[in-house]
Amino acid sequence: MKQGAPHTVDNEQTSDSPLRGLSVPVSGTADANQAASTVFDIKDLSVFYGDFRAVRDVTLTIRQLEVTAFIGPSGCGKTTVLRCLNRMNDFIESARIEGSVLYHDVDLYDPAVNATEVRRRIGMVFQKPNPFPKSIYDNVAYGPRLLGTRSKSELDGIVEESLRGAALWAEVKDRLKQSGTGLSGGQQQRLCIARAIAVQPEVILMDEPCSALDPIATARIEDLMTEIKQKYTIVIVTHNMQQAARVSDRTAFFTTEINLQGDRRTGRLVEFDETRKIFSMPSDERTEAYVTGRFG
Amino acid sequence: MTTGNVRITLADLRGNARRRRKEQRMKATFFAAAGVSVVIGGLILFVLTRGAIQFLRQIDFGQLKDSGWFPRRDRFDLTTLLVASVIMGLIAMVVAVPVGLGTAIYLSEYAKPRVRSVIKPIIEVLAGIPSVVVGYFALRFIQPEIVERLFDPRSNKSMLAGGLGIGILVIPIMASISEDALRAVPHPLREASYGVGARKSTTTAKIVLPAAVSGLVAAFVIAVSRAIGETMVATMAGGPDGSGPFSRNPLEGGLTLTAAMTNAAGGTDQAVKGASFNALFFLGLVLFLLTMVLNLIGDRFVQRVRMKY
Repeated sequence: MKQGAPHTVDNEQTSDSPLRGLSVPVSGTADANQAASTVFDIKDLSVFYGDFRAVRDVTLTIRQLEVTAFIGPSGCGKTTVLRCLNRMNDFIESARIEGSVLYHDVDLYDPAVNATEVRRRIGMVFQKPNPFPKSIYDNVAYGPRLLGTRSKSELDGIVEESLRGAALWAEVKDRLKQSGTGLSGGQQQRLCIARAIAVQPEVILMDEPCSALDPIATARIEDLMTEIKQKYTIVIVTHNMQQAARVSDRTAFFTTEINLQGDRRTGRLVEFDETRKIFSMPSDERTEAYVTGRFG
Repeated sequence: MTTGNVRITLADLRGNARRRRKEQRMKATFFAAAGVSVVIGGLILFVLTRGAIQFLRQIDFGQLKDSGWFPRRDRFDLTTLLVASVIMGLIAMVVAVPVGLGTAIYLSEYAKPRVRSVIKPIIEVLAGIPSVVVGYFALRFIQPEIVERLFDPRSNKSMLAGGLGIGILVIPIMASISEDALRAVPHPLREASYGVGARKSTTTAKIVLPAAVSGLVAAFVIAVSRAIGETMVATMAGGPDGSGPFSRNPLEGGLTLTAAMTNAAGGTDQAVKGASFNALFFLGLVLFLLTMVLNLIGDRFVQRVRMKY
């Protein structure tokens, strides 16, 4: 951990998660459901674009080494909330939030917080695979190089570990110098996952990571998710309810409602619970209507 | 729905002959439009080459190497002109590349929409300023107020003033084409970079600029071509009228290819068939080849370094 970082992260957390070397397990891997500590504590979050309130009343906690899924119809604000978790909404000029997003008890929107530092700890995988127009190797080494890793052997090690971690190593180990954009869609998305885990984040945010992929590539990414949740806390936005049911431990269901102006829809959180409860006996009838396919 | 006997003959599927002919005519029209540029280009090259050959017949090759460009004394030293063109072009690019590229990066990566909506039109207006105005500005402001104040004045015109003027003229082109190239880089690439904790400056330097390299080189090549081809500023502020000695001192005047051509075209008291008039075509051809070579080099460079996104 860098000295003088603008905010301090829970010490227990940082000392347990090594900066390098994917093979070192993080403590608390086993039985994560019970022992999990809170990573994000979101309270009464609303996100505005200018005057328009895109999503409101989001209160939920995201726990360590769990997969949390955000589901709901289009426009319900699930991606908007996800992008608050690593300050990715900063790039939208008019976006602002109300409420609070605590990351290990540190307010992510505190003026002293540097969004760059946040994103080094909270990585992201995007809807459309977006490898850099660079070689496969340089794609993965991009983040570690930013963090100052220069040694060739060290970078080689990180690249291999990360590609193995993303289940891509076997397919690309003989063509690391070729462009990442030449891979298939599913391989590109796994490359993006490798790129994200190469900086050893604590959390990986996934914004509909499979929506651009065919079923086989999707299955591989899902397998990968269940594998890497041993080491990373994952938050995934998905349109695919089966996917949420398959991969997540907890699910947040969002929906839309006509807002006060009546012209645009505001998203809101309806229910947040263990995934099996959401899909078997949800407590809100809107959730039930959605997961049983009667709505959305 | 028709059931039973469906009879389709070839005639049914052939369609309306008149429409087909009309489609053909449209295609021919658009082809002709595209062909006009090619024909004009060919025509220019033909006229230039014809005149250049005539010129080369009229003179001894030795005359192409007598120092200085004095058409009336039959001294046609190409080096004198090339050196002046290159010096002014270099000075212009030293101004235009950093300012133009910097402007483009600012507008594309940093400026808020509102700021951008103010600066962008200003640059477009700057691009529309007639070169004669910039030439006057270079002659009456840059030369006396800047060049002569900072350096020992040797003449009332200088390649430095001309070059700076041309640079000003080229900034908007450099800025505008570069900005288009930068904005064409898909936003998800930037997000991917931010997503692993890169700062904006890092993202610009490591991701956006390399991804936009083909457009940036195009901007550079067009800007250089424009700088070398710029006539008005070079003539007004850059150098002597019609003829001049060899010089590689930017504080002295220098005659560029283009300035020499303007004067040749002006004709002065020369017979229209004379060598000094035909020199116009020869210089035109040299200029033409120069920009073509620049374009080819640019293309080759782009092929080498470009990575597709």
